[in-house]
Amino acid sequence: MPVINSGFGSRRGAGNPRLPPGQTLVDDWPVLTAGLTPDIGTHEWTFTITTETGAEHGWDWNALQNVGVEDIITDIHCVTHWSKLDMAWRGVPLDRLFEDVETSCDYVMVRSDGGYTTNLPLADLLEGQAWIATEAEGVALTPEHGGPARLLVPHLYFWKSAKWVRGMRMMPSDEPGFWEQNGYHLRGDPWREERYW
Amino acid sequence: MTSPVRASWHVGRVASRRRETTSAVRLELDVPTWPGNPAGAHLDVRLTAPDGYQATRSYSVASSGPTTRVTLAVDELPSGEVSPYLVHQLADGDELEVHGPLGHYFVWTPTEPDRSPVQLIAGGSGVVPLFAMAVAREREADHADFRLLYSVRTPEDVFFAEELSALSKTVVDVVHTRRSPTGSPRPPGRLTPESFAEFVFPATSTPRIFVCGPTPFVETIAHWLLKLGHDPNRIRTERFGGSG
Amino acid sequence: MTHLDGNALAGLFADTLGIDITAAIGRCGSCHRVIELARAHAFVTAIGAVLRCEHCQGVLAVIVHKPREVLANLSGLAHIVIARL
Repeated sequence: MPVINSGFGSRRGAGNPRLPPGQTLVDDWPVLTAGLTPDIGTHEWTFTITTETGAEHGWDWNALQNVGVEDIITDIHCVTHWSKLDMAWRGVPLDRLFEDVETSCDYVMVRSDGGYTTNLPLADLLEGQAWIATEAEGVALTPEHGGPARLLVPHLYFWKSAKWVRGMRMMPSDEPGFWEQNGYHLRGDPWREERYW
Repeated sequence: MTSPVRASWHVGRVASRRRETTSAVRLELDVPTWPGNPAGAHLDVRLTAPDGYQATRSYSVASSGPTTRVTLAVDELPSGEVSPYLVHQLADGDELEVHGPLGHYFVWTPTEPDRSPVQLIAGGSGVVPLFAMAVAREREADHADFRLLYSVRTPEDVFFAEELSALSKTVVDVVHTRRSPTGSPRPPGRLTPESFAEFVFPATSTPRIFVCGPTPFVETIAHWLLKLGHDPNRIRTERFGGSG
Repeated sequence: MTHLDGNALAGLFADTLGIDITAAIGRCGSCHRVIELARAHAFVTAIGAVLRCEHCQGVLAVIVHKPREVLANLSGLAHIVIARL
């Protein structure tokens, strides 16, 4: 029976219909990390989609910009219970990057600088649901928040929006990435509170 | 305290609290089941909200030995979850869950056979475990020579100021980085590799070294120690930081 | 954010596994060096704690708190040696 510390936790609010279950609105933007922050310049950054046949589709920074960067306003929800609403982002839609990719696989393993991985169904990356994001809150993405570019998949818990994104590999089955191997849900839908296995 | 004791959960009660620095409080807890702790150990404090939400944070113990009176010094991190509660809301008589004693790496015990000099280097609130070591040394009639180098921003940021000035077995050097006390012969300023070398035992005396503070401070100091020729195996570090 | 060291995980390991990792020595499963776990790099945030080898940054251990259980993944450590109490 733990000791109850009355008066603790009263900063956490509830009752906002735009917040998924168990989430609290925050004003700041917490930084969570599992390793050292990579230091990659845009001049050396590349992003590659690799299919099950080994075919590679690659972009360097300029090529990514040329695909077309768009404005996004979206809510983000972290599995550690904080949410930010109406956040401004800029990024390239994954729909555009997958246009010429031929694959019969339904799942993707996303990989980042530093070795972080996360898995997703391809379906969650398409239909206007995901971007390679390069700016947040009006400025270029800082390294601590995943710069120069991160994946942005706001309809899933934010650990799926892999920082320092460098590539995606098509896979036939839903294999777990880093946090998914360590207790976190394979899909991570905040509206169904899919936090853990 | 001669042998490591298994950590377990205890319930403590606040026996006293007082302001320690502009941003920190000193808490004395009565923990009836506390088995005692070596100097330098820490404990985890776990808070539980009425709705069941929990948060846990680590704090170094400023006291040591076979006592059930556990002293903590908690620095408030403004965006923290636990430290603002401990600094502003925890009152005399309140109960607190603690887990410990923890940590047998970053400790000094008087039964330590090695009588080489001991160099303590503290950045800000990193002084807490090192203060515990200096106080433990104070209780021994005869043991290693102790020095404490303590880097703080201003005189109001010094933890345990009175106790530090009363130590007779540890030479204490306080370096103010932003503002010195009025009348101080030393102008404020950050430590440099040169000024640092004046305050620490030379490598030739093969001191055991304990460094504690924010990660950037610890890494800079460790780097300087290696450049001065100190043996990395005789340097122990504890980094403070995290979310508060 | 910068990292902490193995001392920061003392409570987690003591609580979950009953061992004092600050006194433990381990072999990194990636680079095979023998390391003092108190010196390893600890990245501790609300999503979980990750302990990495200070030399090769290989993941040594991951600890995640779920509502009613704790997951401890030690697969990055080839072995650990802990003094008997």
